[in-house]
Amino acid sequence: MLDSASLMKTFRADVAEKVAPSVISARGLGFAVEGRVLIRDVDLDIKAGRRTVIMGSNGAGKSLLLRLLHGLIAPSSGEILWNGRPLDKAARRRQAMVFQRPVMLRRSVLANLDFALRVHGVHGPARRDRERAALAMARLEDLAASPARTLSGGEQQRLAIARALACAPDLLFLDEPTVSLDPASTHAVEMLIGDAHAAGVTTVLVTHDRAQALRLGDDVIFMAGGRIAETGPVEKVLQNPQSEVARAWLEGRLHFEPGASETK
Amino acid sequence: MDSFGSILTEAFGLILIWDPDLIEIIGLSLRVTLTAVIVACVIGLPLGAAVGAFRFPGRTIVAVVLNALMGLPPVVVGLMVYLMLSASGPLGPLQLLYTPMAMIIAQTILVTPIIAALTKQVVEDLHREYVEQFASLGVGPLDRVGALLWDARYSLLTVALAGFGRAVAEVGAVIIVGGNINHVTRVMTTTIALETSKGNLELALALGVVLLAIALFVNAAVMAVRASAVRAAYA
Repeated sequence: MLDSASLMKTFRADVAEKVAPSVISARGLGFAVEGRVLIRDVDLDIKAGRRTVIMGSNGAGKSLLLRLLHGLIAPSSGEILWNGRPLDKAARRRQAMVFQRPVMLRRSVLANLDFALRVHGVHGPARRDRERAALAMARLEDLAASPARTLSGGEQQRLAIARALACAPDLLFLDEPTVSLDPASTHAVEMLIGDAHAAGVTTVLVTHDRAQALRLGDDVIFMAGGRIAETGPVEKVLQNPQSEVARAWLEGRLHFEPGASETK
Repeated sequence: MDSFGSILTEAFGLILIWDPDLIEIIGLSLRVTLTAVIVACVIGLPLGAAVGAFRFPGRTIVAVVLNALMGLPPVVVGLMVYLMLSASGPLGPLQLLYTPMAMIIAQTILVTPIIAALTKQVVEDLHREYVEQFASLGVGPLDRVGALLWDARYSLLTVALAGFGRAVAEVGAVIIVGGNINHVTRVMTTTIALETSKGNLELALALGVVLLAIALFVNAAVMAVRASAVRAAYA
């Protein structure tokens, strides 16, 4: 049973979903490796300014879908559209991605930010300003000169998000950014993601955490066996899933079978 | 024949009195070797990084060739360079044969594949870690190679050290193209070979001691730099 607040949130999500334009879309997206189909027939629309979470069991294709949408790997079939046009190099530079395990260059915290901004063509005082802002956003000012790889897991993930946001993306992909973090670090990372959304960045987050999905998501895409099993406003889907596979997963009845979506 | 002890004493004596001939030979050895290693690094580091970081047709063949060239026989290289630089060779007009430049060329040919092949391995491993982040940031090919070389700099010091070790100990190629001419192309290794054959073991042993000391010093310095980098988590 939904309470009134949840109902209102669901209603607003429904309206926003209908009104907002799609920043990125997939049409008939498929991906196969050596004859194994890992993503099949995916059609989706990520709305501008919205927070989308992707959920599903291990091996469902969540991270793979993120990599396909970000252009890190080429699809075997179908197409990805950026604001209605095929995803190209310029469009990819309007996106950023934060990985499950943050990739830190063997440099200082500041040099990690500097490198990302330099390759994005940000120079001079603007670069220094953005570096300062990113350090402040991640609350890493005191560690600016420290080697990035000596930071804690939470600090590294905050730096990874700040580095991604320093490049001013329109769309931020986050692949289970808090999966190995303690509650305090998770909270700090979630605050950063919230800041990104408040700044107008569209976010697409992969998570297994139902509570996190509710905190950080407006819409949810539920995946199983490389397909989209169900989509909709996050509260609506998580509280009243329509697909058997989503219901089974949420109730803890779904057993892992790579490439399959069967339920026990 | 003098006892080993007395030869060793006389050898240290030559080093301690800073014998001018000894210093000249050591100086030329270091000049030739360091120049060859620097040139080999300028060629081999970007080449190895490019092969390590990029996928292109024929990449496997290039990697196999680089690995195979690591074991180039020095006398064969010496002979090839000799034929190129001899009066009837294509580079004969440059009159480089029996000059330190000829020795630098021979050593560079020997060391470059070592630098390139080892760099490829180091960079390939690092690139595997960085590849998705680079792709996500849209890092171009030149920036990619530059970043990989910079971030692998402490590991690449060891690579350069391997090249230095090969060059400084090399005798076959440099004796063919240099001719072991006194005060012109005589370096430590060729002098050791010559003086030993003449029975002048004091100078040979003194140079041997210096050669070992240089190798030890360079190794210790590189290991110290690497150790400090590891402590700071840059390596």
